Amino acid sequence: MKLPSLRIFSSSRTLTHWTSWLRIARPGSNETVLDRRHVYILPTRQGILFSVILISMLIGSINYSLGLGFILTFLLAGLGVVAMLHTWHNLAHLVISPGRTAPVTAGEDATIRLVALDRAGRERLAIGIQQGKTGPIHADIPANDRGELALPVPTRQRGWLSTGRITISTEFPLGLFHAWSYVELDHCCLVYPRPAAPGQPLPTSGADGASSHQYSNAGDDDFYGLRTYQRGDSLRQIDWKASAREQGLLTKQFKGGSSTFRWLDWQATPGRDPEQRIAQLARWVRDAHESGQPYGLRMPGKEISPARGDAHTHSCMETLALFEVPH
Amino acid sequence: MPGITLDNLRWLLASMLMVALPLFFHFDAWITLFALLLGAWRYHIAVRQKPLPRLRILLPLTMLTTITILATYHGSLGRNASVALLTLMMCLKLLESNSRRDAMLLVFIACFLSLAGFLFSQSLLLGAYLILPLIALTVTLVGISHPNGSLPIRLKLRLSGRMLAQAVPIMLILFVLFPRLSGPLWSVPQDAASAMTGLSESMSPGSISEMIISDEITFRAEFKSLLPTPSERYWRGPVFWFFDGQTWRPGSFTRHLPREPLQGRNNPISYSVTLEPHNRKWLFALDLPDTAIPDSTLNHDYQFSARNPVNTRLRYEATSYLQYQLQRELDPAVRKYALQLPSRGNPLTRAMGQEWAASGAEPDVLVQRALDMFREQPFVYTLIPPKLGQDSVDEFLFSSQRGFCEHYAGSFVFMMRAAGIPARVVTGYQGGAINPIGQYMIVRQSDAHAWAEVWLPERGWVRTDPTAAVAPQRIESGFAAALPGSETIPMFIRERYDWLNSLYLGWDAFNNGWNQWVLGYNQQRQIDLLSRLIGRTLSSEQISAALIVSLISIMLLISWVILRDNGKHRDALQVAYSHFLRKLARVGIMRLPHEGPLDFSTRAAASLPEQATAVHDISLTYVKLRYGRTGTDEQLEKLQTDIRKFRP
Repeated sequence: MKLPSLRIFSSSRTLTHWTSWLRIARPGSNETVLDRRHVYILPTRQGILFSVILISMLIGSINYSLGLGFILTFLLAGLGVVAMLHTWHNLAHLVISPGRTAPVTAGEDATIRLVALDRAGRERLAIGIQQGKTGPIHADIPANDRGELALPVPTRQRGWLSTGRITISTEFPLGLFHAWSYVELDHCCLVYPRPAAPGQPLPTSGADGASSHQYSNAGDDDFYGLRTYQRGDSLRQIDWKASAREQGLLTKQFKGGSSTFRWLDWQATPGRDPEQRIAQLARWVRDAHESGQPYGLRMPGKEISPARGDAHTHSCMETLALFEVPH
Repeated sequence: MPGITLDNLRWLLASMLMVALPLFFHFDAWITLFALLLGAWRYHIAVRQKPLPRLRILLPLTMLTTITILATYHGSLGRNASVALLTLMMCLKLLESNSRRDAMLLVFIACFLSLAGFLFSQSLLLGAYLILPLIALTVTLVGISHPNGSLPIRLKLRLSGRMLAQAVPIMLILFVLFPRLSGPLWSVPQDAASAMTGLSESMSPGSISEMIISDEITFRAEFKSLLPTPSERYWRGPVFWFFDGQTWRPGSFTRHLPREPLQGRNNPISYSVTLEPHNRKWLFALDLPDTAIPDSTLNHDYQFSARNPVNTRLRYEATSYLQYQLQRELDPAVRKYALQLPSRGNPLTRAMGQEWAASGAEPDVLVQRALDMFREQPFVYTLIPPKLGQDSVDEFLFSSQRGFCEHYAGSFVFMMRAAGIPARVVTGYQGGAINPIGQYMIVRQSDAHAWAEVWLPERGWVRTDPTAAVAPQRIESGFAAALPGSETIPMFIRERYDWLNSLYLGWDAFNNGWNQWVLGYNQQRQIDLLSRLIGRTLSSEQISAALIVSLISIMLLISWVILRDNGKHRDALQVAYSHFLRKLARVGIMRLPHEGPLDFSTRAAASLPEQATAVHDISLTYVKLRYGRTGTDEQLEKLQTDIRKFRP
C-alpha cells in the first residue's frame, strides 16, 4: 500500500469562502506540525453568548454596586481568556502524519486516517477531524504518544480519494473557543471501481488465441519445472531447497488437470463507455480471484502477468482504479 | 448536536443546586420545593431514559409559574420576585434541555443567578462559598466539551482549578483598575430591607428597652487622629420636641426652623462612618457635626437626613466638634416649642416643676436638682420596667422609679419643661467599642440610647444625660455593665470570654476590610488607592489606560507561561547538532539543504583538516543517536560536551 504524502495548498484553487486565505499545513517528510502559524482560533457561538452574559453581569454589578459581583464577573472574564489559551494550546504543535488506509470500493465509505502525535508531553483531549460536512469525530491523544483520527467519508468515484481540505479542530476545555487547522492529503485512500453486476462469464483461457503469448498450462498436479519467483506467487510453491542452495527464489510449476488461466483484456471487454468496461473488468477480477485461478490483466499501456493471490488482485484493482481517471 | 451524558447532567444539576442554595433562604418554601422538584424530575428522565416533556406540558407550566410568582409577590417585580422567577425559569429550561448547547446555556444562566444572589447578601462567607459552585460549573463545561465519554473526575477538577487560578490575576487587575461609575445606571427597585431596631421615629416607654436586645452592628467608625472618650461618644439620631403625654415625636412644626448657630471650640474631630443598611434616612454623626455629608440635609437641630433611605451599606466622612456652643440666643418660637407640654396629665411632676421655677434658682441649679433627684432616690436602671399608665411620668418618677434610658430622658425633659427650662429629647447611639484589630469603633444596636438637651442662658443647648446620674457605668461600658446582674440578657452582650472575644473581633476586622475594600470599592476609593500607589492624583482616563496596558501585559504573561513549554521538549539531540552546525557556519562552512550529516561531515573535515577527526566523530555519533535504535543518555551528554568543546 502506498503511503500518501502531504502537499501544500496550491493557490490555483478558487474558494470564495474567507477561510481560503488561511494556511494549510505545510509538508514535511511525511509529517507536518500544526504550529503557531497554522492554528487559528475564534470564539464559538456559545463563547459569544458567554460574553453577552458577562456584559450583562457587569452592567448589573455597576448598577447595584455589587462589589462581589465585580469579582465574579471579572473572574469569569479571566476564565474566558484563559480558556482561549488552553484551547489553542490543546491543538497547537500536534504532529500530523497520514495513516494507513485500506482501499475501498466506490460506493462504500472510505476512512480518512490521520495519526496525531503529541511531542509536548500534554494530553490532547477531544481533537476533532472533519471534512466538508462530515464530522467532526473526536478522539483523545495521550501525552507523548500517538492517536488516530479517523473519519469515514462516502466515496463515489474510483481513483485516489480527493479529500480536499481536512479540518483538525478542538473546542476543549470549555467549549467557548474553536481552534482549528487545515491539513491536505494528496493521496489518502484508493477507491476501487465498482464492479458491474454479475452475469457476464469470465473469458476463457488464452487458448482462444486472442494473444500471441503462449504460456504453458499451469496447474496443480505434476511438477514440470521452475521459474523465477514473481510477486504474487504462493509461498507454498517456492522451492526452498533451491533457495537454501543460494540459487534465489524459484517457484515450482505444476501441470494441472483442469486449471486454466485467463487474460482479462480491455479490448475484449464489452461496453462502449470506458467506465462500463472498467466495471466489467472489476467484476471479472473479483470473480477470477474467487475462483482461485490465475489470471492476467491487459490494459492499454499496462499489462499484469497472470498470477493469483491477494497482492495480485490488489495490483489489478489498483490499475483499474487509476486507469485514466476522469477529473 | 449530541446529547448530554448522564455524568455531565449530574454535574450540571449539582452546580445549579449549589448556586441556588444560598437563595433558597430568601425564597418562599414553595419556590424552593418546586425548583428541587423540577431538578429531580429532569434527573429521573435522564436515568430512566424517558423522553423530555412535550411543549404542551412545559408551556402551561411556565405560564403557571410566572403567574404564581407574580401573585406571591403581589405583582411587583422587585428583587425577590425577579430572582425567584429567574431560578424557576432556569429549572424549567432544564426540562427542555438535551443538547450540549442547552447545557452550556444553563451553565451561563447559573453564573448570572450567582450574581443575582448578591442582591441579597455580599458577605465574606458567601463570597468564599461561591468558589464551590464556580468550580462545579467549570467542571461541567469541561465535561460537556469532551463528547467521547466521561473524563476522570480528578482530571476535570485539576484542569478547572488550574484555569480558575490562572484567571485570578486577570480578575485582580480588572477589579482594581476597571473604571467605576459614581452612581447607578438606572434606579434600583426597592424591597423591604430589615428595619432598624432600637430607634424609631417616636419614643415612648419601652420603645427602646424592648428592642435593644440585638447584637447587630449599626455602623463602624474610623477616626483619623483623635479618639473620643466614652463619655464623648454620643451619636446623634432623631430629636424629639413634641410630647403628647405618652409618646415623644419630632414634631412637624419644627421643620421650618432655621439651623441653630453652632460655635465650635477646640479642634474638630474627623472620622468616617460605614453605616449598615437600615431602610431609614438617618445618618449618624458625633455631637455636633460640622460638615455636611453629600446627598443629605442637616436639620435645624443637627440631625442628618439622607435624601434616600439607606438600604445599602453607606460610607461617609464627617467632622464634629466635641466642645461647642449651640444657639446662644433662643428666639421665642424655638422657646415655645421647647417648652411644649401636653394640656393634661402628670400633675405631680407639673407641680414640682412649677415649684422649682418659683423658687427663683438659676436654671443650671434646677438641672442639678433634677439630676440629684435621680441620683439620691432609689431609681433603678432596668430593661424590664413595669408598665406605666396614663400619667407615665408621674408614675415613673414617684412610684415605680424603675426604667430604661427612655424613661429617664423623657421624664427629665418633662420636668425641665415644667420648670420653665427649654429642653428636648435626643435619641441616637451612645458608646462604641474599639476593635484593636483594625483600629475602628463598632457601634451596635445595643448602644441605642436616649438623652436630653437643656437650654441654659449664655450656654445654649447643653447635653444632659440623666442615665449617667443613675447608672454611670452605662456611659462608660454599655448598658450590659449597668444592668443589675440578675437580669437576663444574652450572653453575647453581657460578657464575652477573652479568647472568644478576640476571635470575634478578628473576624469583624476581616469583615470590615471586606466591606471597605471589596464591597465599598467605588470610584472615590479607586482614585484614592491608585493615587496613593502612584503618588499623584490620577484621572479616570489615565486609569483606563493603565487598565488596558496591564491587561495586555497580563495576557502576554499568561500566554508565555502556557506556551513556553514547547521549547522544553525540543529534541536535545537536535539542539546539540544545531549548535554544532552554527559553530561551523560561523567559520563559513554551511550545510547545504541536500547534504546529509555524513556527507556534510566529509566536506567539513576536508575544509578543516586539523579538526577532521572531531568533526567526523561528532557527526557519526549524531547519526548513530538519531537514526539508530538505542541511544543512552551518557552518549547524548558526551556528544553535547564534545560539541561544546569543539572550536573550529
